[in-house]
Amino acid sequence: MAARPSAGPPPESIETRLAARVDTFIQLTLNGLTLGSVYALIALGYTLVYGILKLLNFAHGDVVTVGAFIGFGMLQLLGGSTDPVVPVWLLLLLISATAMAGCAALGVAIERFAYRPLRDAPRIAPLISALGVSFFLAYSLQLLFGSEQRDYDAFSMDNGALFFKGFSIGAVHIPLLRILVICAAFALMVVLWFLVNKTRTGKAMKATSFDREAAAMMGIDVDRVIVFAFVLGSALAGAAGVLSALRVPTYPSAGFITGLKGFTAAVIGGIGSIPGAMAGGLILGLAEAYTQGYISTKWSDLAVFVILILIMLFRPQGLFGRPDITKV
Amino acid sequence: MSGQFDDDLTRPLEGAAEASSAEGATSPEVGRDEWVARHGERVARRSGLLGTLEARFRTVPWWAWLTLLIATACLIPVFSDSGYVRRVAFDTVVFMLLALGLNIVVGWGGLLDLGYVAFFGIGAYAYAMLASDQFGVHLPSIVAIPLVALIGFGAGWLVGLPSRRLTGDYLAIVTLFFFQIFLTFTNNGDDVFGHSLTNGPNGILNVDELSFFGWSLPTTTAQGQFAIAYLYVAVVLFGIVYVALRLLDDSRTGRAWRSLREDPLAAELMGMPVNWLKLLAFASGASVAALTGTLQASLVGSVFPQDFAFPLLITVYTMVILGGAGSQAGVVIGAILISVLLEVLRDPGDSRGLFYLLVLLGLVGAFRLSRQLAVVLGATVALGFVARAVAGTIDDRWTAGVGGGGGRLAGWASDWVIVPTQLAGWIAPVTYVGLIALVLMLTLLHGWVRIAVLVPTLYLAAFVWENVMLAKPEPTRYVVLGAILVGVMVIRPNGLLGERRVEIL
Repeated sequence: MAARPSAGPPPESIETRLAARVDTFIQLTLNGLTLGSVYALIALGYTLVYGILKLLNFAHGDVVTVGAFIGFGMLQLLGGSTDPVVPVWLLLLLISATAMAGCAALGVAIERFAYRPLRDAPRIAPLISALGVSFFLAYSLQLLFGSEQRDYDAFSMDNGALFFKGFSIGAVHIPLLRILVICAAFALMVVLWFLVNKTRTGKAMKATSFDREAAAMMGIDVDRVIVFAFVLGSALAGAAGVLSALRVPTYPSAGFITGLKGFTAAVIGGIGSIPGAMAGGLILGLAEAYTQGYISTKWSDLAVFVILILIMLFRPQGLFGRPDITKV
Repeated sequence: MSGQFDDDLTRPLEGAAEASSAEGATSPEVGRDEWVARHGERVARRSGLLGTLEARFRTVPWWAWLTLLIATACLIPVFSDSGYVRRVAFDTVVFMLLALGLNIVVGWGGLLDLGYVAFFGIGAYAYAMLASDQFGVHLPSIVAIPLVALIGFGAGWLVGLPSRRLTGDYLAIVTLFFFQIFLTFTNNGDDVFGHSLTNGPNGILNVDELSFFGWSLPTTTAQGQFAIAYLYVAVVLFGIVYVALRLLDDSRTGRAWRSLREDPLAAELMGMPVNWLKLLAFASGASVAALTGTLQASLVGSVFPQDFAFPLLITVYTMVILGGAGSQAGVVIGAILISVLLEVLRDPGDSRGLFYLLVLLGLVGAFRLSRQLAVVLGATVALGFVARAVAGTIDDRWTAGVGGGGGRLAGWASDWVIVPTQLAGWIAPVTYVGLIALVLMLTLLHGWVRIAVLVPTLYLAAFVWENVMLAKPEPTRYVVLGAILVGVMVIRPNGLLGERRVEIL
């Protein structure tokens, strides 16, 4: 991948070239962190559900897209991005809250009607059901809203403050929007960490994921715990949907690739492990950003998938997971 | 749980009793294991009318059904001279082949292969590369078709080789990602180290038509219609594959697959080469898919990456699941049903007819011919006229529209359902989500409350169907597929003809 020597421009000093390199690196790292924090939020949804039900929730990526669409609807309801009826901070807060609430309700419905009847069925059954739900959601969105892109147009909010304000490292300008996305994602992760580690329900979740039957015998309401996991995971998905849609326009079938990425992040970190999902998301985001920046955007998805397959083959438990032991 | 135990404990005894009474005094066959023989009876039987019908149908041997099916397919040109009908018949046979192939992997092997359509694509691309100007190779079909099937087998083997250690969900993921890699590769394959392998999104054009022993089969007739010869080729291929798979299923390998699916761990402990069996199932499925790819590529005359997308995968899965994974006859029926359904949903007029027919049949099925049925129907019809009259008095435009498709039924429907000339932006999402919520709620309700909720649900369903879904056939088709997939999984995981208990670990 050696750069071709160019004859045209005047020779630059080593310092300026180095500075440009460093700037590119900082820029790419920032891109990666932004991408990665959203991936981490999505990965958490996969991990929460997998940890408890041992079910790959294929529909999760589409829940993210539904969240983005709910947020878009709320944005229109509040007057659009150019002249909203409320201040921008409240606007963003309301959009995210609606999307999170809507997705949480959707998650509960999916669990109740598509997965719960199949809880004692062979493992292939809920997987196929999940495929069906994913397909149903994606095409329902297309049915209702058409297949064109929906843009939040965050650039118009508050006269572009989200893009122009912010601070700089060297020559790299860090817009407010990126800071907002990263901070919001991390705040949500902290909340999740607190919920899982410091509350009684969190403890019940841990117990259920460790051994569902034993937990039920200890008086834990397993159904409630599972619903709670879906509520948490789907609410995070809603937030992730809004956060990513603020930067990149969304469209009905976006959920498929989003789901794959979030899922890859979960697997890299070790599916079922909460810190693993966070780390996996960031690793994936950074890897994608660097591949796009230094190699080629064309094959970057392919690189990600190949990495995933290699991880699946040589370390299926991921970076933070423990190997599965089959009990007879 | 108790229900399951009942089944498992009593069924074999019933089966044994039947078997002994039927065979009477004849001595046990040599080489026939008693437990295995009884195992066949452990499949859940259906009761009632459907059960009787099924038992009746099962007495007819499979080759009779196959002959009937093939004869029907061959007689299609006699029934209809429309190129469209013939083309749909061809597509249906292609789907039947795809479903048969997927059935090997999912139904017999119990492996969730989400990269299945990629093998279909590999087959199509392989044929396109072996018989077009892409590389200047023009193999005759009699060489190309088996070669492509072999390539598919090899590709399946290669993909399966690293995935064989992976079980259940992990296999699903690896195959799904393999599918993505296939798509990325075909889309970006126009510049691989300076060579164009797949022409990227532009696809490979001018693929040769099929040719046997010097005779080439033109893909269209002189009038530009679908050439019927391709239907015959497809049907012959289907017949060969069906019989081959039937024999395979009855063979030692087939039994081994079944035991692998029921309990891989136990199968391994019994000394079965589990990895080898999995690979074989995986590669055989891939081979059938690739074989089918040649049909597609040779008829259409071109291959594009977007021909092998995710919706196709879901379509084939729905066929297999609806028909019943594990049952060859089942998946063929599933393929026919779904293929016809997708065609019917294309046309608003047919689609409307099917909707009202299915609603009526569903109601009759749920209530039989009872007083409740009359109440529900009467109330729904009355509600419709009242609602429409009220809406009409408030604003004329609310009832001035006519549903798409035309025909007498459209006229009747728009006399009863509110069809506004212009749908306000919020109506479609609100009514659609409301309808789904109501339908889901119905499954939780009982007695008179259920009937009370059912009436507005039916009317809302008619409203949504007329105003939202008929306007956009393309997403509607896939929404319906997704709903069928979930519905079948929840209500009847074994599908129409499938065996109960499909297990992967």
